Amino acid sequence: MTKAEKTNLRNGLLFVSPWIVGIGCFILYPILSSLYHSLCDYSVLEPPVFIGLTNYIDLARDQIFWKSLWNTFFYAFFAIPLGLAISLSLALLLNTKIRGLAFYRTIFFLPSLVPIVAMSMLWMWIFNGQYGVLNYFLSLLGIRAPAWLMNVHWSKPALIIMSFWAIGYSMVIFLAGLQDVPLSLYESAEIDGANFLHKIRHVTIPMISPVILFNLIMGIIWTFQIFARPYIMTPGPGGPARSTTFYTLYLFQTAFEDLRMGYASAMAWILFLIILSLTLLAIRLSKDRVYYAGVR
Amino acid sequence: MSDTIPAPKPSHVRRMRGTRTKNAVTLVIMIVVGITFLLPFYWMVSTSFKVKTDIFCVPPKWIPSQLRPQNYTDALGYFPFFRYLRNTVTITVFSTIGWLFSSAMVAYGFARLRFPGRNVLFYVLLSTMMLPPQVTMVPLFVIFRTLGWVDTFYPLIIPAYFGSPFFIFLLRQYFLGIPQELIDAARIDGSSELGIFSRVILPLSKPALTAVGIFGLMYGWNDFLGPLIYLNSEKAKTVALGLDAFRTFYGTDWQGLMAISTLMVIPVVVIFFFAQKYFVRGIALTGMKG
Repeated sequence: MTKAEKTNLRNGLLFVSPWIVGIGCFILYPILSSLYHSLCDYSVLEPPVFIGLTNYIDLARDQIFWKSLWNTFFYAFFAIPLGLAISLSLALLLNTKIRGLAFYRTIFFLPSLVPIVAMSMLWMWIFNGQYGVLNYFLSLLGIRAPAWLMNVHWSKPALIIMSFWAIGYSMVIFLAGLQDVPLSLYESAEIDGANFLHKIRHVTIPMISPVILFNLIMGIIWTFQIFARPYIMTPGPGGPARSTTFYTLYLFQTAFEDLRMGYASAMAWILFLIILSLTLLAIRLSKDRVYYAGVR
Repeated sequence: MSDTIPAPKPSHVRRMRGTRTKNAVTLVIMIVVGITFLLPFYWMVSTSFKVKTDIFCVPPKWIPSQLRPQNYTDALGYFPFFRYLRNTVTITVFSTIGWLFSSAMVAYGFARLRFPGRNVLFYVLLSTMMLPPQVTMVPLFVIFRTLGWVDTFYPLIIPAYFGSPFFIFLLRQYFLGIPQELIDAARIDGSSELGIFSRVILPLSKPALTAVGIFGLMYGWNDFLGPLIYLNSEKAKTVALGLDAFRTFYGTDWQGLMAISTLMVIPVVVIFFFAQKYFVRGIALTGMKG
């Protein structure tokens, strides 16, 4: 190693050292100890006792665990694709040459700024069965609407509807992607006689496919962690008849209310494997459909 | 003359009319969607000023029959709002300072210094962004409990001083765009790496640093799960926890709940209006492919 290389190495490590120390203390060590705890009976108050795969076997028989998985997949199945479609549509609207663009962008983004607790309070009031403003609008259409958050069948759809209000972050990322699409592509498509839908289908979507994939992956990661809204908004331990016991909510209750840290660690690992495999699946399935300009 | 076929209008006239109707349609959609997005805000603020009889009535009263600002003073009297506020501000400010310093330093290392192992480390950084915090949640609680930090602000502040993968990624993307000539010039003048970092890179990166600062402040202000796990005594609670506790005790006091919610929304919206440019640019940066 030459002297210059040594200096480089020293400087480089010096600059990234806070992160290296951090990853050791706050990621690497916790991951390893979590893996070990998942094989233990551990209440925090007493030292962990090794019990092998018992936690994982118990999980397979745990009705609430399966219920929480179902709830989470149900929520994700609707919230992720519809959320992406809505945020992309809004971004497409904002990408037109219309006056007052910044104004509309601000309005569409504003809900995403609302702190999660305040947002939960507001939507509890909107979803109120008796005096809620949503049910008033539905009654104008002649629909006798349910008491949303208090109803076994409508508590999850309520949370899905609410999630569409705060899609500002993916909208802004989509908009940035849309603004990078060269105008010349649209012009040549027009010359070939393409209409609005053709252009979206054959120019816009392929050109922003990396951004779609990015938002999809972020959507998967975030959606599977849904916690604060069901925790705050739905009554009792996880909503009417456990209909809003989402995965992270059950994990939290197991860890910090029942003090079953080993069991909760096993749950955390399963969550990690689910998110990881869904992410890899998304990358795999999109492999031939994502177009990276300039790469290959 | 009358039986001649009218000459087709020049195409640019047709196209202009086409874009005009298209623009009108777009505008109508924008306004409708805009109103839908704003309506919950209106509902929150108007409820916060209503008298009780206006709240529990069908059909809903769009315009309060009388304004009652006392809802705010009442709600603030129910729980120690200002103590919670001080706690939230303390946590938020100190963690944001930590994120700014540490993330900028690490980002500079990744963006501008060549050293063996850098790319491997960067891939590790990217993959930690995928790690759900639930995996480390339980062990971190155990660690902080052993240190005796439960019910203190340390678990919510100290980790910020070791950088956040998101902020490091965002700043790295920005640092990569700074022209190499500026760095070379400083190096020829005999600047150390620390000198280049503090006197060339940082001053040129104000927009990105502002974005990180804003994201940090928003995160601290918003955070619910962190305080819920670590802060349990009355004196340590944050506004977010306080609002949730308020709901448990005064469940149907909608005017009070909406008053506190409005107070929680105002600072974020004000910050956003002043720094919208950096904010939007910052989000776009995180969406860029590395």
